[in-house]
Amino acid sequence: MDDMVRVFCVGVGGQGVLLASRLIGETALLEGLRVSMSEVHGMAQRGGVVETSVVLGKRYSPVLSDGEADIMLAFEPLEALRGISRCHSESVIVVNSVPIPPFTVTQGGQVYPEIEEIEKHLKDLVSKTFMLDALRLARDAGSERSLNVVMVGIVAGMGCLPLKKDSFFQTIKKLLPPNLVEVNIKSFDLGYVVGRELTG
Amino acid sequence: MRELITAGKGERLFLLGNEAIVRGALESSVAFVSAYPGTPSSEIIDTFYELRKEAGLRVEYAVNEKVSVETAAAAAISGIRSLVAMKHVGLNVAADAFMTLAYVGVRAGMVIVSADDPSLHSSQNEQDNRFYARMALVPLLEPATPQEAYSMTKAAFKLSEKFSVPCLLRTTTRVSHTRGVVMFESKPAEIKPATGLFKKDPMKYVVVPMVGRQLRLKLLDKWKAMEEESSGSELNFVEGDGSWGIVTSGVSYLYVLDALEELELIGKVKVAKLGMTSPFPSGFIGGFLEEVNKLLVVEELEPYIEEHVRGVAHKVGWKGVVCGKDVIPRAFELNVPIVKRAIARSFDVNVGEKKIFAVPELPARPPNLCPGCPHRATYYSVKKVFGDDAIYPTDIGCYTLGLLPPLKMADFLICMGSSVSTAGGFSVVQDKPVVAFIGDSTFFHAGIPGLINAVANDHRILLVVLDNSTTAMTGHQPHPGVSMTKEGRCEPKVPLENVIGACRVKKLEVVNPLNVRRAIKTFEVLRQELIDEPGVYVVVSRSPCPLLERRVTRKKQMVYFVVDDSCDGCGRCIDELACPAFVREDGLVSINRLLCIGCTVCAQICDSIKPVKIKKK
Repeated sequence: MDDMVRVFCVGVGGQGVLLASRLIGETALLEGLRVSMSEVHGMAQRGGVVETSVVLGKRYSPVLSDGEADIMLAFEPLEALRGISRCHSESVIVVNSVPIPPFTVTQGGQVYPEIEEIEKHLKDLVSKTFMLDALRLARDAGSERSLNVVMVGIVAGMGCLPLKKDSFFQTIKKLLPPNLVEVNIKSFDLGYVVGRELTG
Repeated sequence: MRELITAGKGERLFLLGNEAIVRGALESSVAFVSAYPGTPSSEIIDTFYELRKEAGLRVEYAVNEKVSVETAAAAAISGIRSLVAMKHVGLNVAADAFMTLAYVGVRAGMVIVSADDPSLHSSQNEQDNRFYARMALVPLLEPATPQEAYSMTKAAFKLSEKFSVPCLLRTTTRVSHTRGVVMFESKPAEIKPATGLFKKDPMKYVVVPMVGRQLRLKLLDKWKAMEEESSGSELNFVEGDGSWGIVTSGVSYLYVLDALEELELIGKVKVAKLGMTSPFPSGFIGGFLEEVNKLLVVEELEPYIEEHVRGVAHKVGWKGVVCGKDVIPRAFELNVPIVKRAIARSFDVNVGEKKIFAVPELPARPPNLCPGCPHRATYYSVKKVFGDDAIYPTDIGCYTLGLLPPLKMADFLICMGSSVSTAGGFSVVQDKPVVAFIGDSTFFHAGIPGLINAVANDHRILLVVLDNSTTAMTGHQPHPGVSMTKEGRCEPKVPLENVIGACRVKKLEVVNPLNVRRAIKTFEVLRQELIDEPGVYVVVSRSPCPLLERRVTRKKQMVYFVVDDSCDGCGRCIDELACPAFVREDGLVSINRLLCIGCTVCAQICDSIKPVKIKKK
């Protein structure tokens, strides 16, 4: 898939999934690539699942079906597992390891799978699965809310996106309010370094 | 979103389809915009509203879609370009105005955006609004991308003025909520202050039967001219080569392109992409049929295009095969795999099945009422008093989420305002108590006639108006009764109590749902009164939406709540209130500190729950 990159982002409402995909999309536009993005609005505030996808290059439709995600950015482990059908065996999965149990678990008696089991299930199907505590990185950078930018930094550092680091910085300056730019640049950077290490 | 005004010719922005429509309208000198919010159209009115001062245009949040079409029609007839936007079911509400507006026509361009919702991402049905254009005899444009949403908005204004009829611009969720690169063709037009002029012409504008008959014949003449326009329109074009043909429109076009790419059929199939689909471009399709011997129609929802194509094929004596809804599903959205399989079947091509990873059974994560939502408190109190015995017609808004267990406080819903009227109907054909729930915005939209009807026809209901001072689900838009908007606190222009009181209901009570004891008492008294003196009773259950309030007042949270060690794990809090902040662990209950907003309701229902002051930093 050299001529296109299809990124599927999934998380829980409030984790900033939309901004993460927008960060990728606007950076692609900055570099003159063909890009489009799909979002489904409305249920994010109410604790539901948020899915977006960004497609770069030779792909016209941004809605990704089963087996069509080259990259899955999962901000939450349960949602990573729920999203596994979008991936194929050559996908790259980056998943944040910190769970947010839904109320069906915290109250409804359903069982949240063990994190290790989730990781194993993902790795068995998609060998390039990388699970890590991205929330800690966000905290280190100075704000837990910048988890989304950390995640984008990681996948950028891994070299999975045909986009330059500097372009991402420019987009962060464009999309975020001035008082949040510094911490988000830091977050992106921390994620980028980790991403570089992951792919060696 | 200032760039929508300031960005110049040749600049490229990464825009939502809805934002692209705004820019297209600004370049077309739109001066009057009116809409009732509704997903997936809401960003259109919200973006216009945000830009109204700088762009110098009049933007109104309408009470419902019918009045939005009516007010915008007056503007258009007075020579002022206007735009209305709505979700698909909104056109049902506006249909009465829309149908006859087509007869009367417009002077300046009027664009009606209908944002349809295949797959019902956030709607009660998935109707195909293209048929509205067919029924009203107006032109219809179907953009496939944000770039087309932009350019077709401009084309829509031109068409509307050329034929003096409103023009329908129909998107779907996957166009309105797709973000794509949009390149601007020109700078937005200079803002001219509204200088409308209404030329009196009752024989054209007052549609009594005699006038209507003339206008009907005129419209049919226009329709003929519009058919020629459609068949020759640049918005309908053919790409590719070969003896197989695909006819498609809207976002389905993108799925076709991707599918053809994956099947390696690019250049081997002729694709007729339709951008103007009403009137149906019969001449254009007739020409297309001459070039192919097999044809597949790829469209979402109903076989609108397909049935037209079959008609044309029959008329011109085409001997080929038309495939359509026999291989393309009628329900829900399409996607690349579905279209790929349909193309493979229609043209007998190998599709090569991909291995798909199965998803194991996992705990669901449905949306829920927010922690601290006052609606939860209202439902709790009503349920305590009326239990599962009552019938609970409900309505459309955040509060519809009250249908989820364990609250289960919703029994019937079909459309905006149906809570009040169906409640009345239930109350006169059976004996169980009937308690209807409606939101404040929904009440203004469609609840008032139902309430007056209930009083006039001696219905026996309790109507609970859930007043959180906003139109929450769609993004906190205002309505006439709000005392708080994104811009701050305000006086309600049309207070709820005034309207309800004027409807001469038997009793109107206003309660704060966060005061549980008081609320329960109020409902208890009313339950008895409903039995002793049947009639129409109304409770306004009033407490601002915490999301909006926090944003507007910037008030810091003062307390959060914790479960102390007297908790015996009875779980009543979860079974009866079910705030998402509760966590059941090791047989006991705790409260997630990050989710708790300190509404106090749980502490009122259980003595083991105590407040903890948040220390000032």
